[in-house]
Amino acid sequence: MSYEIVIGLEVHLQLNTKSKVFCGCSTDFGAGPNTQTCPVCLGFPGSLPVLNRRALELGAKVAIALSCQIAKSIRFDRKNYFYPDLPKDYQISQFDQPLAQHGKLSIINGEAGKDIRIRRVHLEEDTGKLFHQKDSSLIDFNRCGIPLLEIVSEPDINSPEEAYLYLTALKSILEYIDVSDCNMEEGSLRCDANISLRKKGGRELGTKTEIKNMNSFKGVRLALEYEARRQADLLVSGQRIVQETLLYNAEKGITEPMRSKEEAHDYRYFPEPDLVPFNLEKGLLDAIEKDMPELPEPKKNRFIKDYQLSAYDAAMMVSDKGMADYFERCAALYNNPKTIANWLMGDVSAYMKNNNLRIMDLNLKAEHLSGMIKMIDSGVITGKVAKELLIEVIQTGKGPEELVREKGLEQISDHGLLDLAINQAIAENPKSAEDFKNGKENAIMFLVGKVMQKTKGRANPGIVNDKLRAKLKGAK
Amino acid sequence: MELNTLTCHNLIDLLYKKTISPIDICNSIIDRIEKTEKRLNALAHFDKEKALERCKSLKKGPGQGSLWGIPIFIKDNICVKNEMTTCSSNILQGFNPPYNATVIEKLISLDAVLMGKTNMDEFAFGSSTETSCYGPTRNPWDLDRIPGGSSGGSAAAVAADEAIFALGSDTGGSIRQPASLCGVVGLKPTYGRVSRYGLIAFASSLDQIGPITKDVEDAAILLKAIAGHDEMDSTSADVPVSDYVSGIKKGIKGLKIGIPKEYFIEGMDQEVKDSIKSAIKKLESLGAVCEDMSLAHTEYAVSVYYLVATAEASSNLARFDGVQYGMRAEGIKSIIDMYKKTRREGFGDEAKRRIILGTFALSSGYYDAYYLKALKVRTLIKRDFDEAFKKFDVIVTPTSPTPAFKIGEKISDPLTMYLSDIFTISANLAGIPGISIPCGFTKNHLPIGLQILGKPFDEETVLRVAYNYEQNTEWHKQKPNFTNGAMHHL
Repeated sequence: MSYEIVIGLEVHLQLNTKSKVFCGCSTDFGAGPNTQTCPVCLGFPGSLPVLNRRALELGAKVAIALSCQIAKSIRFDRKNYFYPDLPKDYQISQFDQPLAQHGKLSIINGEAGKDIRIRRVHLEEDTGKLFHQKDSSLIDFNRCGIPLLEIVSEPDINSPEEAYLYLTALKSILEYIDVSDCNMEEGSLRCDANISLRKKGGRELGTKTEIKNMNSFKGVRLALEYEARRQADLLVSGQRIVQETLLYNAEKGITEPMRSKEEAHDYRYFPEPDLVPFNLEKGLLDAIEKDMPELPEPKKNRFIKDYQLSAYDAAMMVSDKGMADYFERCAALYNNPKTIANWLMGDVSAYMKNNNLRIMDLNLKAEHLSGMIKMIDSGVITGKVAKELLIEVIQTGKGPEELVREKGLEQISDHGLLDLAINQAIAENPKSAEDFKNGKENAIMFLVGKVMQKTKGRANPGIVNDKLRAKLKGAK
Repeated sequence: MELNTLTCHNLIDLLYKKTISPIDICNSIIDRIEKTEKRLNALAHFDKEKALERCKSLKKGPGQGSLWGIPIFIKDNICVKNEMTTCSSNILQGFNPPYNATVIEKLISLDAVLMGKTNMDEFAFGSSTETSCYGPTRNPWDLDRIPGGSSGGSAAAVAADEAIFALGSDTGGSIRQPASLCGVVGLKPTYGRVSRYGLIAFASSLDQIGPITKDVEDAAILLKAIAGHDEMDSTSADVPVSDYVSGIKKGIKGLKIGIPKEYFIEGMDQEVKDSIKSAIKKLESLGAVCEDMSLAHTEYAVSVYYLVATAEASSNLARFDGVQYGMRAEGIKSIIDMYKKTRREGFGDEAKRRIILGTFALSSGYYDAYYLKALKVRTLIKRDFDEAFKKFDVIVTPTSPTPAFKIGEKISDPLTMYLSDIFTISANLAGIPGISIPCGFTKNHLPIGLQILGKPFDEETVLRVAYNYEQNTEWHKQKPNFTNGAMHHL
């Protein structure tokens, strides 16, 4: 029997407000423990929450970017449970009247596009952080009260890969609208997943499990792959799935039941009496909409149209806002968008990946990259030289023209010099020359390579090729 | 002259004329406390050296803040920076808030002198001040009787001249009922009139801080001092504060007063009933037009209140868990153990009862039947008042169905105790202002209180009616005499 995977994701996002959601404390990451606290976020008796309007605005921005319907009146509720990282022993959250509902997020899996529906988006406060020691536990309340946006998808995700693509697409939008650092390691973006299996073509959902403790998008994909297999194995062998919360163990690559007794929580939600309902005025929403930057999807379509990029290249260019902006800057300086995109996806991305840098952190001016590509196109340098030159430009910050001049990297098109190198190459590799003469077309590439070696990559490969052919064919 | 027996407005005059100094008042209060407090137990925390120090550190006056040199007592559920604030509960022993409540900031900025904290029912859960961890406060009119509650300490201290005036808090009658039972003035402002920042919450949607004073003018002065919008409290209203003191002195001729029939019930004390009837006649003689009317949903108020208030309380009191402040039980083995032991040892019986009630009312499967339904009926009660105030300027009722009862009389019977607030609760549910003023005595010389309810944010009219009544009666001039074992005198 074959099964279909059904996944719903819950993303918790720290909004990048300067101060916390219900008090004036700073939200900066990495300060000394409990230095960014006050009676309000510590839940001291008598203290009262006051909503940070900015958090509500950022929440609304996300809701609009995800095409949600925004509630006319925003109400908060108390979610009651005892835990030491929650100083009031209730969390101010939203229950039956969330900030926004009924949105969608488009993902592209291979060539096909798909809309994942967003069930709800709501605003709440983050909790503190516990540090367990041998005989005691410590609490840092700095994180407590940082505005958290919960984004819940419908169970429209049908594979771990789609879950990964959903998260990537979501992160891309969130970065575009600049509402969060989206840093899973620092915890500014967290994700829990619900997964169940159902018979292919069936309607009825199977018993679901919830997976927590995944700390990267890849981790989410791996955890879901593991869990889907685990559930399928159970079902195939005629066993039942137990509805439970699981923790992903990244080291072992498996999901494990949470050790603490997971009783059915009754959170006793009720309207937060310390906060009055808030109205998001139409004017404010209109202003947010008006200020909304171009989002990845429309930008991608524009790139295909304006720059004649392939759908794949355009998708790559817009996946990161920094990359898209950089691409456009280069394309404005030198009109060869296709090659610019290739360099960005190729050598530039490789360098960023190896050095763990983002495009905005990279010491590579758009003028320098576009200038270098222009030099290739106009035959001043070879593509091979350019690969090394790029790294040199990044590392020194010097312009490519200056470096080419300094190091004498111009392409050699001087026939005398090239003839010399070609003659040497043939003399040193008589076998290859013979092979080519006998019809082994590939052998010519070897000889071209040798000539390039001798000229340190500066030889114009086209001329070398022509000359070699002429020489060997003529000698026949 | 015994300065401690005077009102704030008397003292302001004397201070201005420089015939007395703030230290004189402070000393007179201290003398009185040393004489009477052993019998009353009205105070939760009082340090005379500290009080004197505060008095001495005042800027030179008069002509400073409007309450310059006037001593004031604060109910023990209002946070005063670095002063023990315990809600008369064991669970908050040792809690010294690192901040002042907004009302305290205001009083300090007006140069009032903070004297100490008054006793109360634990977390304001009660109508008798018997549930305090410091033991019951006694009624100065009869030491065997309760002073009412939960602001019983504030009311008793004012009635016994241990205080010039005091702050209380009122969630279901906790200012008005003890004021009534102690023969003083107690005002619960409109919900949102006074900032709740720094008031340790009992039921957030019902709580209000208000004055307990010897006469209506002082209530007007103190309300003016503490009222106003506060950015720290989202539920505080941005509505202008009137000059209550000048407003109250106008007459009440032609004012329309509603007398709700639901407030004259079977089983209420006949002497209370008679006093209220006479008070109504008095108001008519002053030119007011009194008319019988109905507040149809009154009978549900107590039930609604004990669902809404306990539900909110169960959540508000969750934070007393032994983690950050107050008491933590000894010998704990785990986090759950810490929660259980701390709360078991730290809370008294009534607090536990209300936490359990409220937790139940909010539980899944019961929420709709209890809490949600209570909210709906609350809306109906509020609508009753909205309708009534289209026709009437104020509504007049008894404050309490009975005069002060004996210590121990109702403490083991929570339901009977809960009915003590039957006439005061509706004002909290509707969010409207209400005052209790003295309007008579029983033949045993126990005070009786008249309640005047008004439109939201119309404290001025409430105070005006109260002032006109008071100025034409002598009840507020009576003083209890309990210092020599005598129970009463007139």
